[in-house]
Order: sequence, then structure tokens, then C-alpha cells
Amino acid sequence: MNAPQQSGPWVSTLTAGITRDNPILVQVLGICSALAVTNAVRPTLVMGLALIVVTGGSSLVISALRNTIPHRVRLMVQMLVISVLVIVVHLLLRAHWYAMSERLGPYVGLIITNCIVLGRSEGYALQHGPWRSCLDGIGAAAGYAAVLLVIAMVREPLGSGTLAGVAVFPEGFQSALLLSAAPGAFLTLGVVVWIVRAIWPPAEPTEHPEALP
Amino acid sequence: MMPESSEASRLAVIFLASLLTNNIVLSNFLGMCSFIALSRSMKTAFGMGLAVVFVTFCTAVLNYLIYYGLLAPGNPCGGADLTYLTFLVFILVIAGFVQLVEMLLERFLPGLYFSFGIFLPLITVNCVILGTNLLMIEPDRHFGLGDAAVYALGSGLGYLVAICLLAGIRTRLQPADVPRPLRGLGLTVIITGLLAMAFMGFTGMVDL
Repeated sequence: MNAPQQSGPWVSTLTAGITRDNPILVQVLGICSALAVTNAVRPTLVMGLALIVVTGGSSLVISALRNTIPHRVRLMVQMLVISVLVIVVHLLLRAHWYAMSERLGPYVGLIITNCIVLGRSEGYALQHGPWRSCLDGIGAAAGYAAVLLVIAMVREPLGSGTLAGVAVFPEGFQSALLLSAAPGAFLTLGVVVWIVRAIWPPAEPTEHPEALP
Repeated sequence: MMPESSEASRLAVIFLASLLTNNIVLSNFLGMCSFIALSRSMKTAFGMGLAVVFVTFCTAVLNYLIYYGLLAPGNPCGGADLTYLTFLVFILVIAGFVQLVEMLLERFLPGLYFSFGIFLPLITVNCVILGTNLLMIEPDRHFGLGDAAVYALGSGLGYLVAICLLAGIRTRLQPADVPRPLRGLGLTVIITGLLAMAFMGFTGMVDL
């Protein structure tokens, strides 16, 4: 596992998660349920934003509390903080954008079990200050959101002929239904990983011996 | 809803749908992390699969009772709508249950503990468990307790089947000469895509 940025300018803490330590492409983490919303661009954007808010927020809170949390119950405390933040996001979405909340369904709640959120608070926020932990969380979540967005931008035009709801292909375009269905997400992600690793080969062996669940 | 007389056939439909047509991994994208990380060998995959089946089933029954007994509007304990606490309560029940089972296994069944207990700590953050729990209370499903239990059993077994299939394929592919950038994650995800395509073949057989 790449060692997280210890010091240096804060910008690199933020960008490391998007590039060098990208959670999906480099760390093989968090290829979770959020893939389910990538058949259209708009829900993917909302999901990405929700994840950035939750990861940044939970890293901030847990880092601020890191010296008062007893080591034995730290997982429980982290789950509590994360669930409360997810509940806040869920209620905000229900109150102000009900249609989107219905569209995302149970997948907002499933941010709780997204490995990236717990991974960042366990792996970074418990050892670093609040401000930097928040940036680190935002960076990791943004790297995740970026990958999701790339997948959505392949799947939505080819699968349903639109991009963020706007038709991009001329009349008579035969859309590939397979890309809208579940296998399309897996195949697109596989090809994206392939391309990224062909251009920027990972320095270490492609697979980690033990990844987080 | 089907009439009462077809109770058994409704349960069978829910079971087959959650196992095959609406497979929790291949069509709902849940549990991907452990699905990819632990599918290198059949033994690990099977141990993790069994642990998931067990925990999903037990927590789904527990959470179903808690949800309709305490949280849902019009519940018997005061009737207040506490559904905004759903996520918090569900994840606490799951984490607590996992901790309890781990302690009991370690104390009373050390053999079983070493064969599948080691996977238990990983399970709290396994999306299959929380996902099944959240999907079973979706209002348009109208699940009763029996339906929810069968749904949870089918989902857990669906995960077991999927991860064992993937482990089998990955074991066979080990001697293959795969292009370097595709090794590991890339190929595994593409295989998963092909498996998902195969499972699409079940579409239309039964429907939730």
C-alpha cells in the first residue's frame, strides 16, 4: 500500500487521492455499490458529491476526536460518525431533491459500507490533524468520483444515447442496451483499469496481497 | 401481490430471484470489495461466502423485527416515525451481531472459528449485509417476515455462488499469460462482467 503523504504542501495531500493513490485504480478499494448508479451521468455526479461530503466530513470529525477515542472501540465510533453523516446527506437529498433520492434508492445508505470512507479514517485521520485529514478524505473520494464519472460518461451515451439527459447521437442511433445493464459497468471498469495501467504502469505488483474488505 | 394460497410459490420465486435473476453481486453491485479481494483461492472464497450467508440471514431477521417493531411509522412501541435512524440502527445491529458471533465462536467452537471466523471482522463493512437489509424494507416490495428471511437467504447464497464461480475461474486462469496492465483488478472485473452477462440469461425466468 502506498504510504500516505506525510507532509509537504497541502495541495499534494488533496491530489494524491485523485492520481497517485487513486482508491479504485491503485489501491483496489471501494469498487462497491456506487457502480450501480453509473448508467447515467447525473446520478453519478450526485453520488460522487455525497461521497466527497461524507468522506471529508468523517475524516475531519474522527481526526478531531482521535485522541479521545479509546482504541478498542474505535471501529464502532467510526461507524457511528459515518452513519450520522450519511443520514444527514440522505435527509438533505430527500428534502430538496426527492426524485434523485428515489433514483439512488438504497445506494446512498450504502455509502456507510464503502471501504474508502472507513479506509481513510482508519488509515489516515487517526494519525493526522483534522485539516489535512479532511483534505485527504476529499481527495480520495474525488479520485473515486472521477473514475465513476468516466464510467458513466462511457455508459450513458452508448447505452441510452444521451449525456446528462441531452441527446448526443443523431436520430436512429441504435443504443447498446448491454452497457446500461449491470455487465456494462463491470466491462467498462475493467477496460478503464486496463487503459490506465497500460499508460501509467503501477510501480509495485499489480495486486496487493491483502486488501481491506 | 399473489393470493395467500400461493404462499409457498411466492417464497420460491423470491428465493430464485434473489439467488439468480437479481443476484446481489452481479446485478446489484454489492460486496464487490471482498468479492475481488478474497476470490484468489476456492477455500477462502467458500469460507467468506458461508460467513456472509450466515450473517446476512440472522441480521436480516433481527433488523426486520427491529424496523417494524421500533422504527416504522405506526409501530407497536409508540408509533412514532423513526425511520431516519434506520441506517444507524442497522449498522449497529450488524456490527454488534458480528462481534457477538465472533466471541461465541472463539470461545465454544475454535475449529469453526479458525475456518470461517477469521472472515467475520471483514463482514461488518461488507455491502451485501447492509444492502440486503436496506433492500428488504423497500416499501414497494411488501415483504413479510418470511419473505424477508427467504430473500436474505437467497441473497447470501447468491454471493456464495458468485464468489465461488469467480474463484474457480481465477484458479484456472493462473497459468494464463495475461497482458501485464490487465493482470489482477482489470481481468477480474472483466470476468465479473462476463459472469453478470451469463446471469442475465436468467432474466424473465422469475421476477421480484
